[in-house]
Amino acid sequence: MSKSINIALIGNPNTGKTSIFNALTGLSQKVGNYPGVTVEKKEGICKLDRINKGYIIDLPGTYSLNASSIDESIVINLLLNKKNKDYPDVAVLIADVENLKRNLLLFTQLKDLGIPTLLVINMSDLMSPKGISLNIPLLEEKFETKIALVSARNNEGLDELKKLIINYRRLPTKPLISLKSINKTYFNNLEKTFPDQQLYKLWLVITQDINYSNIERNNVSITSGLKTESPSSLKRIQQKETIKRYQHINNILKQGLKVDYKKAKDFRNRLDRVLIHNFWGYIIFFAILMIIFQSIFSWSTIPMDFIDGSFVYLSNILIEKLAPGVFTDLLTEGIIPGLGGIAIFIPQIAFLFLFLSILEETGYMSRVVFLMDRGLRRFGLSGKSVVPIISGTACAIPAILATRNIENWKERLITILVTPFMTCSARLPVYSILIALVIPVGSVLGFSFKGLALMLLYLSGFIMALLSSFLYSKILKMKFKSYFVVEMPNYKFPLIKNIGLTVWEKTKSFVTEAGKIILAISILLWILASFGPGREFNEAENIVKQTYPSLNQIELETKINSFKLENSYVGKMGKLIEPIISPLGYDWKIGIALISSFAAREVFVGTLATIYNVQNDKVETIKNKMASEIRKDGKPVFNFATGVSLMLFYAFALQCMSTVAVVKKETNTWKWPAIQFFSMTLIAYLISLLSYQILS
Amino acid sequence: MVTLDELKTGEKAIIEVFETKNLPFKLIEMGCLPGSSVELIHKAFLNDPLYIKIDESYLAIRRETAKEIFVRREIKI
Repeated sequence: MSKSINIALIGNPNTGKTSIFNALTGLSQKVGNYPGVTVEKKEGICKLDRINKGYIIDLPGTYSLNASSIDESIVINLLLNKKNKDYPDVAVLIADVENLKRNLLLFTQLKDLGIPTLLVINMSDLMSPKGISLNIPLLEEKFETKIALVSARNNEGLDELKKLIINYRRLPTKPLISLKSINKTYFNNLEKTFPDQQLYKLWLVITQDINYSNIERNNVSITSGLKTESPSSLKRIQQKETIKRYQHINNILKQGLKVDYKKAKDFRNRLDRVLIHNFWGYIIFFAILMIIFQSIFSWSTIPMDFIDGSFVYLSNILIEKLAPGVFTDLLTEGIIPGLGGIAIFIPQIAFLFLFLSILEETGYMSRVVFLMDRGLRRFGLSGKSVVPIISGTACAIPAILATRNIENWKERLITILVTPFMTCSARLPVYSILIALVIPVGSVLGFSFKGLALMLLYLSGFIMALLSSFLYSKILKMKFKSYFVVEMPNYKFPLIKNIGLTVWEKTKSFVTEAGKIILAISILLWILASFGPGREFNEAENIVKQTYPSLNQIELETKINSFKLENSYVGKMGKLIEPIISPLGYDWKIGIALISSFAAREVFVGTLATIYNVQNDKVETIKNKMASEIRKDGKPVFNFATGVSLMLFYAFALQCMSTVAVVKKETNTWKWPAIQFFSMTLIAYLISLLSYQILS
Repeated sequence: MVTLDELKTGEKAIIEVFETKNLPFKLIEMGCLPGSSVELIHKAFLNDPLYIKIDESYLAIRRETAKEIFVRREIKI
């Protein structure tokens, strides 16, 4: 019989909690969402010994049980609800050896909730270089717990931790801090009113919405009648409580912790002196950005060409091997080119996530936040907007979720509204193919025109983001006290395992999420392109033959196919919007791609591939097909003016349903996604119009 | 007594009192308490934000927040 133990990993950010989680669970972990919110939920299974199996949940990092963000409120909601299936049998608090005092604040809170709590002191390998020595037996006695010294980096202490987890029933669960010593009258009254409830739990429920008001409390229905005190006096009690906890911790650490400061030679100081230098810091940051983008584009060309070629090859093989028919057509003309359209940018996404997670893991991202705060504040943003803005170059969705740790709502809202201007990876395939088609070969100062064009597109997205945040900050009338507290973590050498798992997880979820949409749209498009209403579509063959009696067989077939497409359902749709988009230089076929791109812009290439495939049966690479498209006047469809106007449209329009959905979820109203959608589309339309009219 | 933002780079002090109404609770939870030692490590371009060390915590806060924290300068002997 195997027994299972529910384990919750909990701790401050930057304590190496995730490294311990990765070390315990490895590839058995899965990432989902907490019900109803888009907070990442990481779970995994760990074999503790022959009998016991641990179900581990890695809770979002938090500094205390007094929530001030959605991520933190998840932690409290779970810990307050014994009926939750994830409610832990044992909580494992991960503390960083260099910052025990602050980490222990959360520990004392957990203890007071009556949950068996183990204390893990992580990064124990740093103890001797930093001159730290601990009296473990004394700390165990005073904090009434068991302590495991772990170094996730060196894989040390994990077996000991597993043993302690198995024996969690022996952990004392008595509260550490007496709330009554903080405010006797208040807590005595509280106890009298609800004699069967645990005091600290009651207190947490009461004080939750002082700092954060969005918590649903359906599981603990005891709030009414409790608010006898005003919020400000509750806040005072809360501050007293925190001070009391720190006093308690300090008294114990005075005996149990010794630090020899002479030993602590500081690596941090030396790096900081350069990396946040008032001049060099900025130069280094921009140099790093340049290197990242340069390497993303040069390194991913080879795998991208390979993927593109493979899908063409696959289609050709299938056409040869399979019996001709509707199903074969759907597969080779709809599904495979559609999927190829997304598979092609897996390499770039993976590289982008790789660099982002390295910046995050090393602790450098916080320095960037520090460097950029003053400058970004001028535009109504916060230093913390840097993370969403940089992540926005991968994908706006995780980027918008990353705005959650911006304390000031106005700054956060503006960041959410402008992040989709950043050039996300879904725009890349559109840019790559259009640049290849319309930007001439050549170079200036050693930079190729094509490379420069791409850089300009990235830059224009960023500038538009800044401009519109400046506008929003002037228009939006909100008064918020701006809070800005950022922890500056120690510099760490990134753990390959952590980075590998992040890149794998993010790329996988991106591809499956986008893949689903693209698959659905490709099938839908193919159907709409292969069928049509009325006489023109159904009798296309006869009509074309009568109109052009002199053509040979091949020419005739091409004519018939394009006539069919023009009169199919999708052709009618494209024709319908042609008057609106022709001032921008687009024909009705681009119109079709544009319509389908409003679901997700990455379908642009796939859509064109599907349309042109339906039109002529020969399978070629997408680029060749686009290059050979010719307008009625004999000029190529994708000329310079049209290409530029199209790229600018994709640069500024909000063509992503998932972004709209996430913004709705994060702002809790349709108002902001609607404003964002219409303003971005309008800007895109006007700028494309202007550029086409000037260039053509 | 001076406010935290008036310290010079590299200067150490002890936190005396703070304007609790205007100070984010988060900062208190991170260990910014009366009696804690504080060091101003670095001022960003245009003196804002400030990079400080409170006990063992390294934090960045804005100048306006630092103005709410009153400190006693460490006397050099």
